[in-house]
Amino acid sequence: MHIRNQKDFWAGLMFMAFGIFFSGFGTRYTFGSAARMGPGYFPTVLGIILIALGAIVALTALAPKAEEHKVAKFSWPTIFLILGSVVLFGALLNKLGLVICLALVVIVSSYASHEFGWKATLINTVVLIVLCLVVFVYALKLQFPLWPTFFGA
Amino acid sequence: METLIANLSTGFGAVLAFEPFTLFGMTVSLPLNLAYCFIGALIGTLIGVLPGLGPVATIAMLLPATYALPPLGGLIMLAGIYYGAQYGGSTTAILVNLPGETSSVVTCIDGYQMARRGRAGVALSTAALGSFFAGCVGTLLLAAFAVPLAEVAFKFGPAEYFSLMVLGLIGAVVLASGSLIKAIAMIVLGLLGGVIGTDVNTGVSRYAFDIPELADGIGFVAIAMGVFGFAEVMTNLEQKEHREVFTNKVTSMFPTKDDFKRMFAPVLRGTVLGSVLGILPGGGASLASFGAYSLEKKVSKNSAEFGKGAIEGVAGPESANNAAAQTSFIPLLTLGIPPNAVMALMVGAMTIHNIQPGPQVMTSNPTLFWGLIVSMWLGNAMLVILNLPLIGIWVKLLTVPYRFLYPAILVFCCIGVYTVNNSTFDVYMTAAFGLLGYIFTKLGCEGAPLLLGFVLGPMMEENFRRSLLLSRGDFSVFFTRPISLGLLIAAAALVLIVALPSIKSKREEAFQEE
Repeated sequence: MHIRNQKDFWAGLMFMAFGIFFSGFGTRYTFGSAARMGPGYFPTVLGIILIALGAIVALTALAPKAEEHKVAKFSWPTIFLILGSVVLFGALLNKLGLVICLALVVIVSSYASHEFGWKATLINTVVLIVLCLVVFVYALKLQFPLWPTFFGA
Repeated sequence: METLIANLSTGFGAVLAFEPFTLFGMTVSLPLNLAYCFIGALIGTLIGVLPGLGPVATIAMLLPATYALPPLGGLIMLAGIYYGAQYGGSTTAILVNLPGETSSVVTCIDGYQMARRGRAGVALSTAALGSFFAGCVGTLLLAAFAVPLAEVAFKFGPAEYFSLMVLGLIGAVVLASGSLIKAIAMIVLGLLGGVIGTDVNTGVSRYAFDIPELADGIGFVAIAMGVFGFAEVMTNLEQKEHREVFTNKVTSMFPTKDDFKRMFAPVLRGTVLGSVLGILPGGGASLASFGAYSLEKKVSKNSAEFGKGAIEGVAGPESANNAAAQTSFIPLLTLGIPPNAVMALMVGAMTIHNIQPGPQVMTSNPTLFWGLIVSMWLGNAMLVILNLPLIGIWVKLLTVPYRFLYPAILVFCCIGVYTVNNSTFDVYMTAAFGLLGYIFTKLGCEGAPLLLGFVLGPMMEENFRRSLLLSRGDFSVFFTRPISLGLLIAAAALVLIVALPSIKSKREEAFQEE
């Protein structure tokens, strides 16, 4: 079978999957009646609506007169570097402190650019760390672990 | 009229009040709210000028930073970012032919052509003056309509509120670009996301799967930053950029007498159209500028000049987007219903400070309400000064490459989302939403309806349950109460109108230009 509008087809399947998730797990909670709705009522009904909407989107994508749309390629290295740098920040903040974590975010994420250069990246790292320390730590007085825990404090 | 003046003077009192401020160990007395207004306008201009960084992502990024500020100061600053971005966006559109914001997409067409003909300065000042005029009118409308609209809102019961939210959400997608049904599905998904967490009526924890961090629901900041901030960075990185900047051609800022004559009517028309579209759900700055451009093209005597540097093509849309940016605060402040994604973030900002948006804000918190309105007017005045004489600085900013910019966005997002609850779990959630947002972009699904649904979800469920409790399970309650029926009919009419074949093709054509 030829899928003409691949964007819509996959979007429809995604909506259906979310709908199945919410209505499926929704049955675990009390459904109640219209007059006395339980916690499961609203999400279960909405989940079913979402399944229906997803089905319509996916089916119209298969229609012979649907416009041709391909899903653009996912650029996995970009996703990996950008989101990876964020996850790294979350994972290491309490162990290594803010300064080192910021440096990690900037260096790892900068590598995703096709114009990556070490010198520029390091300058950017220093500038951003100083800026963040001044704005968030000094001026706004937000609480962070600043340095690795094994350095004193 | 007298009460309006009294109200406005309350506002001026709040904005201009001097407060003690400690810097480097010295305490000085400063009008701090005025300072926050300036900072907001400045940041707004900055992100407006920079393509690839929109107000939604920026406000999400800075939301946590406003915890440290008093509620009025925080809201003044966030509002400044939104309307400031409308000013800044036109600079990039005119000088680089890249829209700094989606609301200045149409300004590229004639603004850039004016720049190529050596009239960049005139285009810039037309945009700024038009925006200023429209901003003032929009703010006045906000001040004048707030009280009567809030009185209407007080008469609303849960059924009316539910129907109003249906109309708001439907309006938001009808006027948004792209596929209608996908946008509705995104709203439903957003509503479902809002359900996650503890059910307020029964205390049952829903979809939290015994993860303690999910008991209070998904962080609003995590969704906004992930879907708008991170996903935007990743999609931007995939495109190679090409910029041609007219940096040294900005001479003679002042429009001639003939220019003034030609921009007068378009500014007025743009202001009116923008003010109306701003109030409508789903309206807001982008739609207003598109509408104003098509209107000018139709009615102008010089329509042949459009696309080749017609000053009307800059004056109309730029006035419209700024008027809309101001009037879109009306539904938020009077009804508590956000008409677009930026206003949805403002709801988040208000709830962070324990202010429930809605008609009661005006009576329970008059200094906050009127202070915010007055700050918008002052902010618009500051923006003219920021944008015209200081244009050189903004132009220099345009030469900062994206590879320096996006790590900064990531860093601010990480810090911002962490500080909401001092929890690294929120950081992971944001990364997950970043991936989801990226998938949405690839599949042509928009993030704005999702965010609106997410914000309105809990409110909608609450009103839905309450109306049916009161009617003892009779669904006809939504159709027998006249206001509720009217709102639902309006929502149905909107869907029908858009589904009509002739309008459908027009609508697709309008968004094609984006």
